[in-house]
Amino acid sequence: MRKMRMNQAIATALADEMRSNPDVVMFGEDIAVAEGPFKTSAGLLKEFGPSRVRDTPISEMGFLGAAVGAASTGLRPVVEIMFIEFIGVALDQLVTEAAKFHYLSRGTVSVPLTVRGSIGAGLGFGCQHSQTLESWMYSTPGIKLAVASGAHNAYGLLRAAIRDDNPVVFLEPRARYAKREPVPTGEDAIIPLGRAATVREGSDVTLVALGAMVPAALQAAEEAPWSAEVIDLQTLVPYDKETLARSVSKTGRLVTVEENPLTGGWGGEITSFVTSELFGDLQAPPVRIACPDIHVPYGRELEQRYLPGPDYIAQQVGSLLDTGTRPAHWWETREVVA
Amino acid sequence: MSGADASLDRRLRLQSGPAGRYEAMFEIRAFEDRVQAMFFEGTVHGTTHTCQGQEAVSVGIAAAARPTDTVTCTYRGHGHALALGMPPVTVLAEIMGRRAGSVGGVGGSMHLCDTSVGLLPTFAIVGAGIPVAAGAALTAQVRGTDDAAIAIFGDGATNIGAFHEGLNLAAIWKLPAVFVCENNQYGEYSAIHLTTPIENIADRAASYGIPGHVVDGQDVDVVASAVGEALERARAGGGPTLLEMKTYRYAGHSRADTAPYRPEGEFDRWYERDPINTYRSRLIEEGEVTAEEAGEIEARVARRVADAEATASADDPATVDDMFRHIYAP
Repeated sequence: MRKMRMNQAIATALADEMRSNPDVVMFGEDIAVAEGPFKTSAGLLKEFGPSRVRDTPISEMGFLGAAVGAASTGLRPVVEIMFIEFIGVALDQLVTEAAKFHYLSRGTVSVPLTVRGSIGAGLGFGCQHSQTLESWMYSTPGIKLAVASGAHNAYGLLRAAIRDDNPVVFLEPRARYAKREPVPTGEDAIIPLGRAATVREGSDVTLVALGAMVPAALQAAEEAPWSAEVIDLQTLVPYDKETLARSVSKTGRLVTVEENPLTGGWGGEITSFVTSELFGDLQAPPVRIACPDIHVPYGRELEQRYLPGPDYIAQQVGSLLDTGTRPAHWWETREVVA
Repeated sequence: MSGADASLDRRLRLQSGPAGRYEAMFEIRAFEDRVQAMFFEGTVHGTTHTCQGQEAVSVGIAAAARPTDTVTCTYRGHGHALALGMPPVTVLAEIMGRRAGSVGGVGGSMHLCDTSVGLLPTFAIVGAGIPVAAGAALTAQVRGTDDAAIAIFGDGATNIGAFHEGLNLAAIWKLPAVFVCENNQYGEYSAIHLTTPIENIADRAASYGIPGHVVDGQDVDVVASAVGEALERARAGGGPTLLEMKTYRYAGHSRADTAPYRPEGEFDRWYERDPINTYRSRLIEEGEVTAEEAGEIEARVARRVADAEATASADDPATVDDMFRHIYAP
């Protein structure tokens, strides 16, 4: 199996999907001639030409809107939102137009659109270029939402996103772009949306993670004395209730690991589902490991403090297993600053 | 005849000549007058945005465009939907939330759709349809067809980012798109001169290096030929055009607005150039139709609108099951 960086896995998935279907087109800022600021479209302009691979002006409302129009009339566009924050100026086209066209056409119009965006902290980009923002999108019916956790699933999830007949938001943790992993490729490697991956089996606790928190949770689990099952959700909308329920009914404990402010984060939804459906199976209160309700700080040390890392995850899970109660979030034990 | 066939058939009849254009305009007026009355009577729930006074724009566009061209238009869209071919009963049933409506009654007045005549779901967000039309034009360009896309929007939309971003994108990619601004003098409740520093919105085309023309939106033939020329240019690879239709909205912005802000005499001045009355007089003068034939057209339209109301009223409202349909494509 070939080893690739996540950005190479993405470019490979794009190329394979463009080869298999002439309706797949791609556009975004600096993606054609410059091959993407994160090199996620390397080689695409050369192979597929300027009609199918296009640089756009810095105008997300314009080109995301154009992608909605192109998708509604037969193409299968993939657009790149360089930093997911940039979707703020174009959100109407995603949540109010694309998400509702199928409904508002009695099923006669489909919007097979893929919106790729880079997400997350860890690279020192400051608070306007470091958020994950799943929570802006996951409660809008009509769109699907998938998050890669590394090169190994970026390829398969992206190909599934492009083939889906709905608008799909596909998020790519920036901190993972340069990480090399073995990547399965080809038709068989396509990962159906809506399916979680159990990336580690275990018996004491279920850690549910997404994106860059998957390798962090995995590392915590591998180094710990207890036995954790680690689930990579992969798709947040729709999420895989079956895999979740099967795991939690086995382990009796749920911990979500999230790279987002605690309030409104996806872990709240997962926790609510598990608590309501599996209340009798739970041996301890569900725990959410997330970020504080603050902006992503800039300096390296502060940014690492902000993000849940393997040590912190291990400490929180260990405390849950020891005490059977929810451990305090690290920021709850700080003295309040004025 | 299926819904799609009925729409196409109506569209083709519109293209049969001046009498067809007159009938289409008269139908929109009769329809909108009735819709407005139904909302005032309280027989229909919610809100609506009618287009009396702007009929020549709708019919002129539909007369010039092909059914395979894509159209995006606004929530003031009953007239465009009818002109493009949607039968009155389908539009009215949608407005009334009935299952025979164009999207089964779950959309309402602001959300009409009929892809058999090129109409994407109409847009209730100001300006949103402009970049979407650019994208539909992109599909034609990438696939190498000679179809085009038309965005229809109001004067109020020309101050929102989507207008500028959509025109810029269409210009740099030379997309086969025609941007039609219906300048009806008011953006919601505010006169356009209070919100826009220039007299002619068409001048904004210069910023994007594309042609921009002011068009008399009260004359259906003038509208049709301006749109036709712009479409021809688009189909031939010449890129997009911005057309500003000078017209006038007789009603207020929406059901709740009686337009008390309108200056004294303004309505009367525009009504002297009413697109339907002037076209009727001209057709009779030029011998295209007799007064008697015009009267027959009007009676036929009145019957059609009354029949549409009777049929839509007797139809079932959308059901709870309908609420759950088409959230995701299979």
